[in-house]
Amino acid sequence: MYNYSDFDESFVRTRAAQFRGQVERRISGALTEDEFRPLRLMNGLYLQLHAYMLRVAIPYGTLSSAQMRQLALIADRWDKGYGHFTTRQNIQYNWPKLPDVPDMIDALADVQMHAIQTSGNTIRNVTADHFAGAAADEIEDPRPIAELIRQWSTDHPEFQFLPRKFKIGVTGSPNDRAVVKAHDIGLRAVRGGSGQIGYEVIVGGGLGRTPMIGQVIRPFVKKEDLLPYLEAIVSVYNLWGRRDNKYKARIKITVFENGMEAFRDAVEERFRAIRPEFTGIDQVLLKEIEAAFAPPAFRNAPEDGFEAARAKDPVFRSWTDTSLAAHRAPGYAIVTVSLKAHGATPGDASSAQMRLLADLAEKYGHGELRISHEQNVVLPHVHKSDLPALHAALKTEGLATANIGLVSDIIACPGMDYCALATARSIPVAQEIATHFKAIGLEEEIGQLKIKISGCINACGHHHVGHIGILGLDRAGVENYQITLGGDATEKAEIGDKVGPGFAYDQVVPAIERLLRAYLDIRADRAETFIETFRRLGPEPFKAALYPAEAERDAA
Amino acid sequence: MARAFTPKVVTANALLEGDVIYLTADGRWTRDHHEAELIEDEAHAQLRLLKAEAQRLTVVGAYLADAKPGPNGPEPVHFREIFRTRGPSNYAHGKQETSHV
Repeated sequence: MYNYSDFDESFVRTRAAQFRGQVERRISGALTEDEFRPLRLMNGLYLQLHAYMLRVAIPYGTLSSAQMRQLALIADRWDKGYGHFTTRQNIQYNWPKLPDVPDMIDALADVQMHAIQTSGNTIRNVTADHFAGAAADEIEDPRPIAELIRQWSTDHPEFQFLPRKFKIGVTGSPNDRAVVKAHDIGLRAVRGGSGQIGYEVIVGGGLGRTPMIGQVIRPFVKKEDLLPYLEAIVSVYNLWGRRDNKYKARIKITVFENGMEAFRDAVEERFRAIRPEFTGIDQVLLKEIEAAFAPPAFRNAPEDGFEAARAKDPVFRSWTDTSLAAHRAPGYAIVTVSLKAHGATPGDASSAQMRLLADLAEKYGHGELRISHEQNVVLPHVHKSDLPALHAALKTEGLATANIGLVSDIIACPGMDYCALATARSIPVAQEIATHFKAIGLEEEIGQLKIKISGCINACGHHHVGHIGILGLDRAGVENYQITLGGDATEKAEIGDKVGPGFAYDQVVPAIERLLRAYLDIRADRAETFIETFRRLGPEPFKAALYPAEAERDAA
Repeated sequence: MARAFTPKVVTANALLEGDVIYLTADGRWTRDHHEAELIEDEAHAQLRLLKAEAQRLTVVGAYLADAKPGPNGPEPVHFREIFRTRGPSNYAHGKQETSHV
């Protein structure tokens, strides 16, 4: 894994010391809240509904065991013993007290972590495929490029006051697990004609109040051209992006209003102008970063006991059926650990769970952990012979739920239980869907399904790209939930469509049950997933299930 | 005809802890909504808000929230303000943690 250089170390320590001074001046009254607010936001500190919230970056979702242990320590010492993993591969602490935050930031710096640029109109934490460096389908590990972008974008003097926040996602695989088409810039590793690896650059994607799927601005950018090309894009956006209206300030609107052709021409022109300034030092750096991300020394060992344990233990079998993904190394598997035990808050991990995961990563997973945008934890490199022992250990902290990819593996933003922007709650809706479908015993029968819930139009819960999306709104002082269908977060990205009027809080679970019972009735066979049935038949049968009264009236 | 003024309370977050707080009639800050001053006059509401905003060493983000009279004192009207009186629904954290144990 990448280790901070002396430069990184001294930069982060300097910023931590500066922030300590800023907090002291706020508490003494030397800074007003209006003066302090942009400073605290630059350091990831929000004020939410009930308390402050500190958002910590987990670049490209990669953590070492030591870092995970430190996150647990911070949760215990300065928060309420847990952390919340988010859809942008960050961790949020929901209960810090202002005078403690400088100590938390110092504790993060001790393990090469920080909260810089996790808020504000800057380039945010760079996200990546959570199976990076392990996936069997990968062209290359996208993390070295993501780390290069992190270094380039951190404190980039030109990009500290962008028109709006700016999110970059990277995938090294043709199967997109990083939702790159819903980012301001999405990067996808591709092989060029000569076999050389470069990146397809996608621009102008985003969810929120104006959801858009990103478009390819250049199908192939050589690695040595990538930073200047990104700089050209952000530079044109910085000049063209609207600052008069924050709802029209994201790059998706810039591209939409000016048209891709004009935007691309401006980017290409800017690229030609600045390319000579990149003399190759970034490529020297990239080589060093790539060396730091060299794969661990995989064991060449028999898969002893794996199949036998599967045959003997149905609980283990069901867990392996849902939790494992194909690894590039023979004998290995990628393990996704569910943070979605039925009734639990999606993405929350207690400090005890974090410590156990850190220990297990060390014991069975070459010391590596990943946080997925789907709010689960990934152990990317586990030898199959270790899986029975790993599974047994996960059970001790309630981490062995066999529901990855199923109806209860829900993405949910914090919603109005925490967030000051939210218009309705999301967490209890997710909890109730999960416990309900477990109680009626339909989870396995329903199979692969992505439900995503946001508590406001800003769509942190990615509801637009859920097979079933749920959006919580405030309708005349009452929580109301809009359902969208047919979204897709993969390389075939689609924005789901709204199907009809919203549902009251206590009507959401019954509505989802009608929808899923209809799916079970009309699917071609057990192998046809919800989204496949939806694509084959369109929204009508699902609409009829959601709004039975209307369907009856129309039939009469 | 001018719309009737909906009664208000002044609410904010405490600077150090971030807790939800309310302004009382005698100018203190309380963590209990029932102890807040229920303001029934628009001009008075603006003055109380100005007083709250001036307390830069104590409070952050003061605003006027709709409220109504209740048997034990003012009660919130909107569900967002109801949540603010108790804390999140997924854990017994926030006000519900301290007020009922």
